[in-house]
This record gives sequence, C-alpha cells and structure tokens, in this order.
Amino acid sequence: MFHIYCPYCEEHREEEEFHPKGQAHIARPDDPDACSDEEWGDYLFFRDNPRGIHHELWVHAVGCRKFFNITRHTVSYEILETYKMGAQPQVTAAPRETGEAHGAEGRADAKDIHEGVRA
Amino acid sequence: MNQPNRLAQGGRIDRRQPLSFRFNGQTYQGYAGDTLASALLANGVDLVNRSFKYSRPRGIVAAGAEEPNAVVQLGSTPATQVPNVRATQQALYDGLEARSTNGWPDAQRDVMRWVGKLGGPFMPPGFYYKTFMAPDSMWMTYEKAIRKTAGLGSSPTAADPDRYDHMNQHCDVLVVGAGPAGLSAALAAAHAGARVILCDEQEEMGGSLLDSRAQLDDRPAAQWARETLATLAEMDNVTLLPRTTANGYHDHHFVTLHERRTEHLGETAVSADGHRPVRSRMHRVRAGQVVLATGAHERPLVYAHNDVPGNLLAGAVSTYIRRYGVVPGNRLVLSTSNDHAYRAALDWQEAGREVAAIVDARDAPEGDVVERARAAGIRIITGSAVIEAKGSQRVSAARVARIDREAFTVVGQVETLACDTIASSGGYSPVIHLASHTGARPVWDESILGFVPTTVAGVHAAGGARGVYPLNAVLADGLDTGVRAATALGFTAATPAAASPHCEAPDEGPACALFQVPHEKSTLRAPKQFVDLQNDVTAGAIEVATREGFESIEHVKRYTAMGFGTDQGKLGNINGMAIAARCLGQSIPETGTTVFRPNYTPVPFGVIVGRHCRELFDPARYTPLQAWHEANGAEFEDVGQWKRPWYFPRERRTAEGTRLETMHEAVVRECRAVREGVGILDASTLGKIDIQGADAREFLGRIYTNKWQKLAPGRVRYGLMCGDDGMVMDDGTTSCLAENHFLMTTTTGNAAPVLEWLELWHQTEWPELDVSFTSVTDHWATMTLTGPEARKLLAELTDIDLDREAFKFMDWREGHVAGVPARVFRISFTGELAFEINVQAHYAMHVWKALFAHGDKYGLTPYGTETMHVLRAEKGFIIVGQDTDGSVTPEDLGMHWAIGYDKPFPWIGKRALTRSDTRRENRKQLVGLRPKDPSVVLEEGAQIVFDPDHAIPMPMVGHVTSSYYSPTLESGFALAVVKGGHQRMGESVYLPMADGRVHEAEIVGTQFVDPKGERQHV
Amino acid sequence: MSNPVNVYDARADHAVVAAESPLAYSYASSGTPAPARHSRVVMAERAFLGHLILRGGAIVIDEALREVLGLSLPGRPNTLTVADDGRYSVQWLSPDEWLLIVPGGEEFAVEGKLRQALGESHFAIVSVGGGQTVIELSGEAARDVLMKSTAYDVHPHAFPVGKGVTTCFAKTNVILRRPDEARWEIIVRRSFADYVYRWLLDAGEEYGIGVTRESHHEA
Ligand SMILES: [Zn+2]
Repeated sequence: MFHIYCPYCEEHREEEEFHPKGQAHIARPDDPDACSDEEWGDYLFFRDNPRGIHHELWVHAVGCRKFFNITRHTVSYEILETYKMGAQPQVTAAPRETGEAHGAEGRADAKDIHEGVRA
Repeated sequence: MNQPNRLAQGGRIDRRQPLSFRFNGQTYQGYAGDTLASALLANGVDLVNRSFKYSRPRGIVAAGAEEPNAVVQLGSTPATQVPNVRATQQALYDGLEARSTNGWPDAQRDVMRWVGKLGGPFMPPGFYYKTFMAPDSMWMTYEKAIRKTAGLGSSPTAADPDRYDHMNQHCDVLVVGAGPAGLSAALAAAHAGARVILCDEQEEMGGSLLDSRAQLDDRPAAQWARETLATLAEMDNVTLLPRTTANGYHDHHFVTLHERRTEHLGETAVSADGHRPVRSRMHRVRAGQVVLATGAHERPLVYAHNDVPGNLLAGAVSTYIRRYGVVPGNRLVLSTSNDHAYRAALDWQEAGREVAAIVDARDAPEGDVVERARAAGIRIITGSAVIEAKGSQRVSAARVARIDREAFTVVGQVETLACDTIASSGGYSPVIHLASHTGARPVWDESILGFVPTTVAGVHAAGGARGVYPLNAVLADGLDTGVRAATALGFTAATPAAASPHCEAPDEGPACALFQVPHEKSTLRAPKQFVDLQNDVTAGAIEVATREGFESIEHVKRYTAMGFGTDQGKLGNINGMAIAARCLGQSIPETGTTVFRPNYTPVPFGVIVGRHCRELFDPARYTPLQAWHEANGAEFEDVGQWKRPWYFPRERRTAEGTRLETMHEAVVRECRAVREGVGILDASTLGKIDIQGADAREFLGRIYTNKWQKLAPGRVRYGLMCGDDGMVMDDGTTSCLAENHFLMTTTTGNAAPVLEWLELWHQTEWPELDVSFTSVTDHWATMTLTGPEARKLLAELTDIDLDREAFKFMDWREGHVAGVPARVFRISFTGELAFEINVQAHYAMHVWKALFAHGDKYGLTPYGTETMHVLRAEKGFIIVGQDTDGSVTPEDLGMHWAIGYDKPFPWIGKRALTRSDTRRENRKQLVGLRPKDPSVVLEEGAQIVFDPDHAIPMPMVGHVTSSYYSPTLESGFALAVVKGGHQRMGESVYLPMADGRVHEAEIVGTQFVDPKGERQHV
Repeated sequence: MSNPVNVYDARADHAVVAAESPLAYSYASSGTPAPARHSRVVMAERAFLGHLILRGGAIVIDEALREVLGLSLPGRPNTLTVADDGRYSVQWLSPDEWLLIVPGGEEFAVEGKLRQALGESHFAIVSVGGGQTVIELSGEAARDVLMKSTAYDVHPHAFPVGKGVTTCFAKTNVILRRPDEARWEIIVRRSFADYVYRWLLDAGEEYGIGVTRESHHEA
C-alpha cells in the first residue's frame, strides 16, 4: 500500500484512493492522420519499463479527481516526487545526487538483480 | 500435585487460578498465566506431534513464535476449529481443547510411523518434485493423501460465530516488540511528543525482561518493565497493543498487526452486555517511522537425533523455569557455543534439578557466568559438544565428544551422559523478518555470527533485532533509536527520557561459530541431524542438494523444502545456510540468506477478512425502487455492484396447484406485455453525467465517434465512444439540455470509468476547453415506460404534450409526472414507443406507484433485465461488454452511421480505424443468427465454424455474444461475431457443442423485429 | 443566445408528494435501534438538504458566494466553512470544485442567484441533492467506528473541526467532515447509503450504536 502525496490535496493519502494510469508524459500526436501506422502503434501500445526511475500518471480517483504525475523508483517503490499536470519532473534517471533519491538508487545495485523469490 | 514438572513457587503464573484443559483427549491442569506449551511441559507431556515426513515423535523445543513442533489444532466444535496454533503462543484458558496437528489417528499411536520408517530412506530431498510432479494430473490426488497423513491442520466446517474487524491506525512511531529495546524506544519517542503505538506478540509485555536475572535501577528487570508500561499507559499519545503480532511490513511504512483480543479467554468471544466483542482485530498501521525491537531467536545446534522430545533451546529452558515455574525434565546436559546459554544450567540447578554437564564448544570459556557455573559445582566440558541424543520417545542420554570445528570432525573418545533433557544454543539470530518484508537484504555480521537487517529510510532495528545483545547495551540502543525515530519526524527529544536505567554490564566471553556438530560418521551416514524440524529437513538432505548441483541458497531451500513450513524456518534457516556454505566450501556471506515474506506467523482468515464478509462482503447498490421490487417478488441480477430486478415471476396456477413462474415463463410474459401493451423498467442504474460549459459540444465531438455540432436543445442522440485504439468502450444517449448543457448516459457498469475517461482527456490533453463533468447517476431515478400503450398511460399523469408530432422520437421534454417535476426522454431500447421518465430520486417511489395506480387497465407490467436483453437483442441493439469485448470497432458492429469521419477534430479512435488491421475484411463482425431449428437457443459463447466436417482442430471463425428465445419470433435467435460476417448474409454456420450435437444457423441481419424501426416512432 | 444552461427545479412539494430519503429502504429492512443509555455512538440522517456542486475559479466563486449567502469559500484544500448555525456550509472538494449544502428547498433559488452573480465567468453548478444524503455520527465512540471504516486519519490532530475530505469508507467512498466538536458528517451517494448504514450498524454494534430518526436540522 503506497502512501501518495496528492499535489492538489496537499497531503498524503492511501493508495486505495488512487488509480494508476500508466506512463506519464505521453502526449497524443497533434495530427494523428499524419502519423504512420507504426507511429500510431507506438503511441498506443509501447511503453517504457525501466528498472529505476519511472514517471507515472495517476489520478486521485477517490479524492479531488485530479490527474497528476509521480516519479517512482520501480525497485524500492519509493515515491521520489509528485507533481501537477503540466509540470516537469525534478528527479530524472540521469545521474545526479539528491538526498531522498539517493537511498533508493543506492539499493538498486547489481546485487538486487539476483533477488530471489521470497520465502 | 498432578503437574510433575511444576515448581512449588516462582514464575509469573497464578497458582490460585487452576485451569483445566484437554490435549489429545486427555484432561490436564494448568494455571492462569500459562501458555498451552508451559502447561503441557508442567504435566510432563513430551510428545506433542509427529513429524511431517518421517513421522518421528516431536516435543516442545522453544517458548515463542519460533516453535516448529508444538503446532496444534484448537477448538472443540466444528465452528471453532483453529489450525496452526503454536502452543507456545496460546494462552491457557479453562476448557481449552487442543490436539496434535500431525499424526493419524493421534500422535501416540501413529500408523504413519511405519511408512516413515520404511519410507524414510526412499524419501530423499526433492522427493515431492521427483515423485509427485509426474504425471501432473495426479498432483491433486497426491496432495490430498499427503495432507491427510501429514496433517496440515483442518479448517472449521461450520460458520464461525465470532466477529473480526479491522482498525486503521496512524502514528508517528510504531514500535514492534515491548522488550527492553522496544520499551526504551517507545518511552523516548513518546516523551518527545510523538504519537506512538507499541505492540507486542506475547501475553504480557516485557519480553526478555520477564525472565531476566538482571537488576535495573536496583529493581528486578520485570518490575522495571511493569513500571515503564504503567508510565506509557498514562500518556495520551501512546497506544499499547499487547497480544498483537506485527505480521507484515508493506510499502511506505504500512504495517499490519494482528491483535488477539479474546483468544486468551475462550474459544469464542464472550458477550458483554448483549454485544459480542470482536475476537481478533487487524490493525492497519500507517507509521511515520518504525522501530523494530523484535529481539533475536536462539539457534539450536544441529546434532544427531536432535529432534527427540527432550531436546530444547537453552533460552526456552530458562523461560519455562523462570516465567512459568516449569522445569521440563530432571537431568540436563547443556550444549553451547556461548556464555549466555549458561543461564539455563544455573536456572535448572536453582530449581533443584540436576545438571549433568555443560558442554561448551569453546576451548577456554571465561565469562562471569562461566565462573558462576563453575562455582556452583557444575561440570563444564570444554572444546566439546553433544554429538548425538539417545532415546526414542524421550532423550535418555547425550553422547558428548571433543570436536575440531575447523576440520569438522570428532576427536577423541565419546562419553555418554545419562540425561532426559538436552538444551542447546548455537548463538542468536536477529529477528529480521519484518525488515526483510521491506525488501532490505540482510547482511552477515561476523561479530555476532548472525544476519542483521540493512536499513531503509524510516526503519530502525533496535537491540537484539540488530545484534545488540548485552542488556545494558540493548536499553541504551532502544532509547537512542526512539530518539532518532522521533527526531527524524521533527520532534525534539526531551532530556528526561535520555537516561536508561542503570544496569550492570555483563562480562561475557566471545561466542564461537558452531552450527552443525560433527559426528563420528559422515553427515550422510550419521543418524539424522535435523535442521528444519517442521519440514523434516536434515543436514544430510542439504548436503545431497549441494551435491546434486544446487548452489544458490534459494534453490537449496526449494529443493529440500527448508523453511517451507508454517514457522517459515525461524529456527533452522541460518543453520541450513551455514551447512550449505560448508558443503559448497564457501563462507556464509558468500552463500547469502533467504528472506522472509508476510506473514510472520499464521493469521486466521477471519482477521484478514474483518467485517467485509457475508452481507457486507461487497456493497450492494440499490435504486430508490428496491423496496417495491422486493415486495413484488423480483429476482435480482448483479450488474456491477447494483442489484437490478432480473425478472418478476408471478404465481401460476397449474393442475398441481400454484407455483411461481420459471424465468422463461416470466420473460415470455414480460416481453409480450411490452410488445403488445405496456411495460416498465427501473433504469435508474444507468450512468448519468451532467456536462456544462461553452466547449461542452466541442468536447462531445472529440470523445464520441459521431457528430454533435447540430444537436439542438430538446433533442437526444445516441453516441459511441471508442478508445484511441478504435475499439468501442461505451455507448449511450446524450441529450442537449441547453446550448452549453448536456446530459450523458453511460452503461450501468461503466459510469465511473467513463467519467474518469472524460476527466483524463480534459485534464491531460485539452485543459483549455471550458467544460466540466459531474456525476448525477444517483440524483435522477429513471423509469422506462414502453409499449404501444405507453402514451395513453403517461398521458393520464403528465402535463407534457405527448402528441407524436410535438414530442418526437429522440426528443426530451420537461414537465410534471404524478405531480413531480420530471424530464421525459423519448428514447427506446426496446424498439417500441418509449418514454424514459427522470425524476429526482426522492420521488421515484411516488411516481412509480402512481404509474401502477393508473396502469392496471393497460396491463402495466414490470419487467427486468432479462426481458430488456431479449427486447433489445431482437432489435439488434448492442450491450457494450457483452456483444463487444474490447476488440470490436464501430465498423465491426455495422454502425458506420455513427462514425463522423469528416469531423474537423481528429476524435478519439478515428486514426486507429484506418490502420491496416482495423480495415481487414475478415475481421469478426456482428451479425444475427437464426438457428435452423427454431426450438434451439444457442449457447452464449459457443464457437462458430464454417465447415462442421473439418478435422479437429476446426478453424473457429467467431462466437455467439447474445442468445435468447424470442416470444415474438417464436424462435431462438442470437447475435454473434463472425469473420467477414457482413458479407456472408444468408450463409450457414455451424456450432459444434460439447455433447456432440452440431447446430446449424443462418447468418442474418441484426434486427429481428421491426427492422425498419417504425414502432418506436408511433 | 437562449439560456446556455438548463436550470431546473426538480424539487416537488413535500406536502403533496411522498418523498423518500436515501435511507428509507434501510430503516425498513435493517431497523433503527433506538439510542440507549449505554450507546456510545449515535447515527442520524440529515435528509432532503439541498446539495450543489460548484465548479470554476476560486476567486469568482468566492465573490459570488459572499454576495449571495455571505459565505466565503474555504481557503485551504480539504476544509469547509460552516455558517448560520450549520444551515449553510461549503466544502473544498478539488481546486475547482466545492460542495455547497443549503436548507432543503433553497437549492434552486440559491443556484439561480449564484448564476446571476457569476454572470459570464466560466463555471458550472449542478444540483445533486437527490443523489446523496448526510449521515451524522456523534458520541464518544464515533471516532472508533470511523477508524474501523476509513484509512484516513481521524485523530483530532489530523482531523480538526473544519476539515472535510473525500475518501474511502469500507468498500465505498464518502465525504467525511467535521463541522463541529460534537459531530462527524458522512455524505454518501444514495445507491451506497444502505451499505453504509448496514456497515455502521455492524461496526457500531460493540459500542451499542443507536439511530435517531428525527433531526432538528431538517428543513
Ligand atoms: Zn487530491
């Protein structure tokens, strides 16, 4: 159960109030008719699946009903930031040093790849 | 006294409160304050179970959650059965009834022991995989047989009379464990002003302080614990939860606790003032920071026949003596690798029983406690260990020898010491279970010879849980951790909290590393040396696994089933890893450890379910007319969470008397009423969304496939909604209430997703559009009055002009119905003349009853969803989600008329409709099917083929989506999707059924009744 | 241009028409245990109030609300403003959405006045009173019942008087708010009202929950 900070409600809420809506920052092409079938297919079906920093679109479904973005670490599940629609992420996959983010990134080392199935 | 092992005094039990209980049919006595385990030991019950695989006799080993053997079935009635209860954690109550989980017919006379004896050599590691996995289909049979003989407990067979629930908790600092570290941490955090929850799994809070020999601030440790608890109990910001196990540590400091509120009082909760209390409660805690003060589990040594009853953990011996006044034997041999375990021998001797010897694996032990043992005249055999226990039903002797730990060999002579109890200690393993639930990998700490948790932000292990063992250090560590947890949240630690009680630092010598004890024979030839007692995994099995090529500890674990029991290998896993490391010739850190997952100890289903069961399992959504439907005998159908009348069976007189109509009879009658007279449907469940704004019309044009620019106020239009992949996702009518104001309807099940869909596009792609959406599903009740007589009936109750020219098909009008302000929509889902009456839901019952008051003379008939389905299918009207499945385009449905390809904005779904795949000619397309035999009603979901004589596997070309009997056609009919179906009108298709019959049907159009659509316009 | 929005008075005359509150079914099917001396929590419905959803910019809506009702919009997320002895309240639901509750029967008139005051601004007002009801909880165990029902923190530190949130409640959603020290209000959709009613009776059973039928607030 995540604990998610809604940037509109300005407080943390339980995960059950939210719906995840997939990868963030996927803009609909302005002129769909100008897209090739392949480009349109990419827009519709292809998504990143990174091991690490991931930007996701969520909606505060049982709450303010606003859509917003989350930067989440897919290994530690740590939520590194949430930000409103139209804003850009402050935490990105590019190498950088930050306080909060560091702990999560530090744990995503090679050893974790061998993480076994839990008992 | 009939409790031979009970001391005359001492312990924390109340000898003035004797309790009677039954175990395996035998009656025994114990005292208030006992656990079932301590009471059994007091009564000299050695044998509590048979082992899982070899059916060997087993006794109590531990005193806490780590107990692998004394796992019992509790309960005296079919309704109150509780499996997988650790006798060490079950408080004794008067009348408690328990029996062994394993062993059939019972633990004493076990028929399986012959199988165990004979089968033992034939049950090597990997036995289950090798034997039972082939053939696959037999696994279920094997599993049943294994369960019956191995006995994994049985579930209740009658309804549980008790109540369970959940409580959502929030705190700044959650402290798990109320031993010395946890009490100190809770005190420090609470003094700093933090909201603190302190939970502890035991009957009494205090942990190791309850049986400690130490003095804190010149008081017995247990007294300090009591005073500290009293201080905490008085603080407003502290919640104490005794008998509460933290079972799972989930994301972002969400921890689930299981509180046993009445389990210590009886097998069902006892009513207080007529209100039955909650038996067990799950606390769902969202914490800011978590202190894990879960202590450490002692590791037993792995020696031959270390599973015979009478082999116990050294610390458990101390706990039984000091806390429960029970000495579990007469003559003790202690085998240890460390100083701390010496307490067991001292306690034993002080209890007036004989200590044969302390066997210490170290060559020159020299701590305080060692000197005390020497001074007490106890024989200490150094550099040695118990290599084998003798005895079958109970330990009769210990074979002791000097060992070379480096060479893993026995050196010199073996001495046999007569005894009935062997206590062992191979050191301590921090209880890292909860920490590893967070995903943190434990790391090996050579200085304490154990795995310690790595830390994650906000999780703090304290005291024994991170390998800090001396009591003075534990107290200081707890205090420090409590301060750190509180200050991490911005609280300022208050100074008075910063002092630990004074506690003498014990002088303890270093422990040595000892896990498996060598035997004169090799591991594979020596008598069994058990690692995992619950799953009967031996050191030999681990050696075999490594020889067979399993090198990863996770694979060794799965191959041997080590740690797979309900105890999750709390005692055995570290020993198993050490043995695997030895066999693989590598270090323990190189070998690594397995981790643990929730739950820490078994949790009853009732606690997980809480009060989300029976009639509260899922919300039942009712329309404002529910009471009328019930009173009029409706059968109900679940549509999402809604209860909708399915059909209204009437009484029917037959030769045999009166009976209720079958569904078929009721539906035929209801269909006829609508086609010939007038029927009424409660359509209140339809999703309704109020849409306002200057750009509302533009928005509709982008989200629907068809055109909205010219829809005038007072008019209604049907719309199709697609995803951007071009597949139909919803449909419904939308009415223009005013130039900038629309009322959209959605399918019943899709109301919330469609609203979220509209918001998604508005908020993420087109925020510049002036439009807003509000759900009004519950605000309006909707009653569909339909049939040739509908106008006449409605005219009696309304001021709206119902003239067919003034109020046309696909118009809506405002006015009153039965004196209530109403919007009436002339839309039809039956193909007949129809009026959908919308009134504010408060008045639905009034209007509905008024319609019936006037409807008698027209034969007004209530109908349900089944009749609605028949009538709409006869007209070829689709149900999204039934006739579509997310892979169907508007074109596939033959609904070209609802697609505005020339709209200026590239609406949602448009681009995908020109992809090569959506343009394919052999896509599955919606058609009608007429069975050649009119009495046949095809099965929904039945597969369709073109050639019934084709060899199997036949190419399947589609399936039936909707199928009913039509009273109007007096025939079965169906809707189906068929490859290239639109071009195959008049052709035959075939539906081979499971019973060998093959139905033939003709492909026809989807409109079976009134194909020109004249009736709805009358 | 004709009236761009259809403003509709859907309220009937309760003296003539039998109105049924969202809990009418529940009273009949689940009963109404009377509050007793040992009742530590009491439930009461405040039925038939006017509920209006206001959408638009905070500044213009605040001005209009002050002009029409003398009530100001709550300034912070998840808060509410209560006026005139609890008869009028306005609650933040989202950055551009508020719930205005007025005495039953006033909603149409209030909507009309607000629309007039808002003039040409971008806004929307929707009457939703037929689709939801207010359930009031009071008594010393009210907070315990809520803790069993919602994962939102209802401790007074986290949930002071004047707070209101939309959140999960058992397996449905509600608006939960605290208009004053003595009461909690649960605003539930009509179709879920019976579920919430039965849930509250069940969760409150160990505290001897009672139900009050007459409400002094009813308009
Ligand atoms: Zn929010």
